[in-house]
Amino acid sequence: MGQDKVKSVRGQVHIMPERCKGCGFCIQFCPNQVLAESDETNQKGYHFPYVAKPDECIACNLCEAICPDFVISVTADKDKEAASV
Amino acid sequence: MNQKKNEISALSLLREERMPHIWCPGCGLGTVLNAFLNALIKSELPLEKMAVVSGIGCTGRTAGYVKLDSFHTTHGRAIPFATGLKLANPELNVVVVSGDGDLASIGGNHLIHAARRNMDITIICVNNFNYGMTGGQVAPTTPLTARTSTSPYGCSEPPFSLPSLVAAAGGAYVARWTAMHVRQMTKAFVEAMLKPGFSFVEVISPCPTQYGRKNQQATGLAQMNYYRDNSVIKHGADPQDVSIEFNGTITVGKFVDIERPTFSDLREEIVGAKFNPESKA
Amino acid sequence: MSSNGPLTGEFFMNGDIACAEGGISAGCRFFAGYPITPATEVAERMAERLPEIGGTFIQMEDEIASMAAILGGSWGGAKSMTSTSGPGFSLMMENLGLGAMLETPCVLVNVQRAGPSTGLPTAPQQGDMMQARWGSHGLYPMIALAPCSPQEIFDLTIKAFNLSEKYRTPVLVMADESVGHMSEKVVIPPPEEIELVSRKKPTAPPGEYIPYKPDDDLVPPMGLTGEGYYFHVTGLTHDERGYPDMSADAQERLIRRLINKIELNKNDIIEVEEDQIEGADVVVCSYGISARVALLAIKSAREEGIKVGMLRLVTVWPFPDQRIREVATKIKAFVVPELNNGQIALEVERCAGGAAETVLVGHMGGAVHDPQVILEAIRKAAK
Repeated sequence: MGQDKVKSVRGQVHIMPERCKGCGFCIQFCPNQVLAESDETNQKGYHFPYVAKPDECIACNLCEAICPDFVISVTADKDKEAASV
Repeated sequence: MNQKKNEISALSLLREERMPHIWCPGCGLGTVLNAFLNALIKSELPLEKMAVVSGIGCTGRTAGYVKLDSFHTTHGRAIPFATGLKLANPELNVVVVSGDGDLASIGGNHLIHAARRNMDITIICVNNFNYGMTGGQVAPTTPLTARTSTSPYGCSEPPFSLPSLVAAAGGAYVARWTAMHVRQMTKAFVEAMLKPGFSFVEVISPCPTQYGRKNQQATGLAQMNYYRDNSVIKHGADPQDVSIEFNGTITVGKFVDIERPTFSDLREEIVGAKFNPESKA
Repeated sequence: MSSNGPLTGEFFMNGDIACAEGGISAGCRFFAGYPITPATEVAERMAERLPEIGGTFIQMEDEIASMAAILGGSWGGAKSMTSTSGPGFSLMMENLGLGAMLETPCVLVNVQRAGPSTGLPTAPQQGDMMQARWGSHGLYPMIALAPCSPQEIFDLTIKAFNLSEKYRTPVLVMADESVGHMSEKVVIPPPEEIELVSRKKPTAPPGEYIPYKPDDDLVPPMGLTGEGYYFHVTGLTHDERGYPDMSADAQERLIRRLINKIELNKNDIIEVEEDQIEGADVVVCSYGISARVALLAIKSAREEGIKVGMLRLVTVWPFPDQRIREVATKIKAFVVPELNNGQIALEVERCAGGAAETVLVGHMGGAVHDPQVILEAIRKAAK
């Protein structure tokens, strides 16, 4: 069935902690629970997210899309992009 | 990932020099803005021909954050302003982004007439069930029994169901999503902008500081979870059947998507044809 | 009647029609309005004529929408106009303020009728003159013109458009029912003989254009929507970039410039018509239909040997403070006939500063003055 040719996309999550207002949307709605709340706070006192499970990120971009403060961007991991199937 | 096509990023359409925006932690407006910027890119509409018009209120501030020709006008009057803009320059793609109070209370008359005319503009109506900017007063969308600063004992007026109102008035495209439904909301914005005629997308969105706090949902997350747990997707639902009761089911989806001649189509047909062929009527 | 453009020739038309044609000759191609006596004919004429000439007419759902729509129309690049009377004028006030704040060229015609409230829809009054200056809330300047005949309403509608484009401001044409519904000869020159002014375009390219950075004349060039300028404009107090700035400092800077934009350019804007001021004992200072009615009184007074001059305000706002002050030092009295209980008379009195008496010949409206009453006032003032 060509299973060995199917490669899954992985992603890298980039966070700008200083912009975060601690709403928690990204943490809550990530389908793979990749993000978690940091114990640290930014200058405004908000707990920003950190990438708790980097290997689980599938570059779905939901965190980037749902963030109200434009804190997050996601890049798909090029090495692991699907080869021709 | 079509990374070649999407060379413009959502961030590049944001007025960075005006960040951070004024919206509260947990407010859904940033998410709606995010979706709108992504929708602009996905729509492939020429950016220089976009015009964003807003009214007064928290949602109204959206116009000031997008890097497009944008107009922050008077309370309730974004729609007639947008009408003038579109009629003077039909090449413009005009989007009104405003709140439930602005569009359906003080602006209600303009909302129904523009829908009646099937004016070729797109409306993004962010509904947070109250007047947030001024401290959380009751709105024509506030569910019965909900508390607001001007309904301290519980709202005792039945609310409008905005899809019902707009569909009845003649809107050609009527959809509702919540701020949690980022992908569907983005897609709805694209469809609405591309569709000729009066397109209306209602987005139910958290207002933690005002509506939320007064109604035991004091965080944006609490409200987003409520949307997740209580939204039911029903494309094609009868717009008369999608009222939202206090903490009740939120029916979301695309309710109306019909073909109707636009204001300009009819004008051309009935008036313009009488005069010279180049008349924009 | 059919034509592909502005009319040319001599016509017998009423003031409302002449006003619409003035707009058309001025280049107005967008009209949004609402029916109201005695201004309805302006809208009706526009509804007939604009489709003929490639313009757009829309009857909006109310006057508030009409004013908002013409602001939008102007930002969309069209010379835009609306017409109304007292009750609609009141409704338009908020958006008139928006027009002043956004610095939007447009023309608002008020064919005044007797008020307050529903009043006498089919009868004249000049009761909105102070409202014309101060009707919207807050601080802003205004330009208002007062025609006294169908010919003049045609001419002044063109002037209104030119001033609104030059100074990026709404301009009011304060007519009244008698002028609006009076039919007289109107000479419409061919388009090539009519001087038209259009808003200044930016010289800076998109990316460098600063929306509210003024030139030396205090007027910022106006970028056109849809050309990639990506400007933001707001009714909030704003900085030169157009972004909201909630400081007292920004308020001082912006509002001072808005006010000065008209104030310091007064000499270009103000127009008065004078007759025999030199050597006069009494000067009749009036505007609109009242000035015209006063002509008979002035003629009679002169026949009686009274040295009476006339100072007719063509522009009522900005008010010609300086000229009134000058004239006041040389005469005994101003006689101010107006169809109200004293509005512009207050301005005359203010500027005369006691150097000359100011005699109001008021009238609550519903009809025009009896010239005899004005004559009586002139006689008395001359003693």
